[in-house]
Amino acid sequence: MAWEIVIGLEIHVQLATKSKLFSGAKVGFGAEPNTQTTLVDLGMPGSLPVFNQEALRMAVTFGTAIDAEIGKHSVFARKNYFYPDSPKGYQTSQMDHPIVGIGHLDIQLEDGSTKRIGVTRAHLEEDAGKSLHDDFDGMTGIDLNRSSTPLLEIVSEPDMRNAKEAVAYMRKMHAIVTTIGISDGNMAEGSMRCDANVSIRPKGQEKLGTRAELKNINSFRFIERAINVEVERQIDILEDGGKIAQETRLYDADKNETRPMRSKEEANDYRYFPCPDLLPIEIDDAYIDVIRNALPELPDQRSARFVNQLKLSEYDAGVLSASRALADYFEAVVVVCNDTKLSANWVTGELAKFLNQNNLEIDAAPVTAEQLGQLISRIKDDTINTKGAKTVFEELWNQTGTVDGIIADKGLKQVSDMDAIEAMVDDVIAASPKQVQQYLDAEVEKRGKMLGFFMGQVMKASKGSANPGQVNGLLKKKLDALC
Amino acid sequence: MTNKTLIQISTELSAGNYSSREITQDIIAGIKARDHQFNSFITVSEDLALQQADAADARRATGNADLLTGVPFAHKDLFCTQGLRTTCASKMLENFVPPYESTVGQRLLATGAVCVGKTNMDEFAMGSSNENSYFGAVKNPWDLSAVPGGSSGGSAAAVAAGLVPAATGTDTGGSIRQPASFCNLTGIKPTYGRVSRFGIVAYASSLDQAGPMCTTAEDAAVMLNAMAGFDAQDSTSVQQDAADFTADLNQPLAGLKVGLPKEFFGSGLDPQVADCIMAAVKQIEALGAEIVDISLPNLELSIPAYYVIAPSEASSNLSRFDGVRYGYRCDQPEDLMDLYCRSRAEGFGAEVKRRIMVGTYALSEGYYDAYYLKAQRIRRLIKDDFARALAKVDVIMGPVAPTPAFDLGSNTKDPVAMYLEDIYTLSANMAGIPAMSTPAGFVNGRPVGLHIMGNYFAEAKLLNIAHQYQQVTDWHLETPSTMQKGA
Repeated sequence: MAWEIVIGLEIHVQLATKSKLFSGAKVGFGAEPNTQTTLVDLGMPGSLPVFNQEALRMAVTFGTAIDAEIGKHSVFARKNYFYPDSPKGYQTSQMDHPIVGIGHLDIQLEDGSTKRIGVTRAHLEEDAGKSLHDDFDGMTGIDLNRSSTPLLEIVSEPDMRNAKEAVAYMRKMHAIVTTIGISDGNMAEGSMRCDANVSIRPKGQEKLGTRAELKNINSFRFIERAINVEVERQIDILEDGGKIAQETRLYDADKNETRPMRSKEEANDYRYFPCPDLLPIEIDDAYIDVIRNALPELPDQRSARFVNQLKLSEYDAGVLSASRALADYFEAVVVVCNDTKLSANWVTGELAKFLNQNNLEIDAAPVTAEQLGQLISRIKDDTINTKGAKTVFEELWNQTGTVDGIIADKGLKQVSDMDAIEAMVDDVIAASPKQVQQYLDAEVEKRGKMLGFFMGQVMKASKGSANPGQVNGLLKKKLDALC
Repeated sequence: MTNKTLIQISTELSAGNYSSREITQDIIAGIKARDHQFNSFITVSEDLALQQADAADARRATGNADLLTGVPFAHKDLFCTQGLRTTCASKMLENFVPPYESTVGQRLLATGAVCVGKTNMDEFAMGSSNENSYFGAVKNPWDLSAVPGGSSGGSAAAVAAGLVPAATGTDTGGSIRQPASFCNLTGIKPTYGRVSRFGIVAYASSLDQAGPMCTTAEDAAVMLNAMAGFDAQDSTSVQQDAADFTADLNQPLAGLKVGLPKEFFGSGLDPQVADCIMAAVKQIEALGAEIVDISLPNLELSIPAYYVIAPSEASSNLSRFDGVRYGYRCDQPEDLMDLYCRSRAEGFGAEVKRRIMVGTYALSEGYYDAYYLKAQRIRRLIKDDFARALAKVDVIMGPVAPTPAFDLGSNTKDPVAMYLEDIYTLSANMAGIPAMSTPAGFVNGRPVGLHIMGNYFAEAKLLNIAHQYQQVTDWHLETPSTMQKGA
């Protein structure tokens, strides 16, 4: 049977506020346990929450960025459940009246087309603390540093039909939240993580299948893998005549499998009700307009500008605008070398390759945008050729020197001296009578291709430093003269 | 030296009749000697109190004294006191020592007032008789076989017995006014949001409000001046300039319009209590007020609505007492679920558990609309009733409770009968308006309080009426025989 996959994502974005959602404690990663807490984060009896207005501004900024309805009257609700790292016995979240309502964003599919994904809602909520199971023998430690850290939970419609679309959606969301500056988007530190609701149904059937919720996926790669392995599992069950259980599952990256965490029967009744310690958030059009007018250039707008003004291909523009950091880097390269096409090629080519190989994000690239711009400038002014440039790039990556310093040290300056090149060309022609004869015998249209052999020989003789343009011109002239 | 009003002590301190250390020592000695009859204190903080008294004396020596500087008072044992255990009269918090001071406590300490200890109460403020205390029932100084009322029963008994001139209380459904009525005190529940809730262990957050319990309206006004005011740490605190609640005390009552809701004088009201109230109303009329009949048609609904909303909020507020971070933890838990279940089963008393279960039920999926949402709609109706009534009259008067203080143990078997005790007080909490009780006579030796309710932020008006009434009556100056016997 042909199956259709249905995916919806709940993305948790940690907001980059200085202090917590309901207390003045600092937000931060990696501090000593329980040092970034106040009475409120510890759930101390008698303590009361005070709402962080910066989190509100960030949530509304997000809402305007995805063209969503903004809740002018939004309400915090308590989600009641017992867990050791939930110090109050409830999580303060939003239920019936979220700060952000229906919105949407567009993703680019692999065939180059665009697909619109619906956003159901986004609401503010506080994070829980952490249970530390490994540090104490036979006991569990509680670290409440993360308690009350502000999160924006963004819930999508079940609009995605395969894992790649889910990844594209997550990437786009990442680009938006980092572009508008509401999150650092650091997935390794948990600043952005997602739950995926996955179900399958026979193609053509309207009714949704029973879904499994995959919890806490924290990398783009894992989203794709987790969804694919879950889809396979569901197909196997249904094709064997079984039934899918509605349950929460965990993706184990080491074993590349999902396994059940808890079933619906065990699920909590969270007994949501409006939090009586917090007043409803009332905002007006003026507040929203100020925020909307201050929005920075969004990824789609930037991509369009790259195509229209910088004359990049749709593909390059899409790749380069996928993250704010990458787009900023690219534009900084262009400022130095003033060549959009070469900049795009290098950023999406050599730089992306090195980043991938070393598993680094653009922020951590050892080659600065300025260095890459200088390097491209040296290609443009014929100081080095592309091959030499790649050597320089590798040296820059290893941080062994400056662009010009490396060119000089490695003797990569390309030979543009006409006499020297002519001598090498003559030597190669003289040493290759067989190939010269073949060239002369060939039809004119095929000669262009055959020039490659002589090019290679000359470049080899020059140890790669000859200006390929000059070599090419000279070879053609000399060989054609023999006809 | 007991049986003095707060103002008297303040005056005598400034006259140099005695030091704060002396009066504090006297008061603590009185508590130690006499409180075994009433059980009104859970903790007496002698060392801390004497430190505060010495600081107050030093401050007075610099000429910087406030009205309350050096004046002893007691806190209901749900105000967090830094370094002083705060039990909420529960086994759950028997050994809980807060690392911080409530906003109300900070404000009182800032004036130089001296906290001598923490008073008994119904566990987590849940009760109308002060019989729901892990530390034992409190007895009414007017009649040791009677309850003092609740939940601020310890504060009420301590002031009524002359152990302290003033105490703090909290009122979620009548917990200041009803014990004030039962113990012949002046007690006021301010407008919701007037007094910061920061540092007060929450029972029902949307209803809780702290206020003073004193002998006279003047004392209550002075205490409220210190306690009230905007607090950025409480999001429901009202951003209003601090009022001087003593400013209007001496205003004449001529032209005052008083509404008597017919629902407050129905069949459930003890006729002798009704006589006391009507006599008091006549006297206020004689002071120049005009008496008008009014109606609060939804009053009856306040009981079922309150006993949905308050337990719902309580079920969530009390979730933090799980044996993980502070408070009682059961012995040798087998696993996490066992830790939760036994810590809570063993740590909470019966009434607290009853309300947690009621609230948990009311908020459950499938019941939420029928209970919680419906109760919130009733709350709106009650609010509207008051808005309509208070458009016609300045204040509303009636009884605080249907009966005088009842006998210890008489209502403990029937929680619903106990809940009906709150019929006249709950509605002010539901609407968020200020309300108070002032002494208005006795029935068989047990005090009866006059209930005065007003519009939002009308505390000064309520205190003015009570003060004027106290100028022409002596009820508030009566003292129980237990005071003489033990003194």
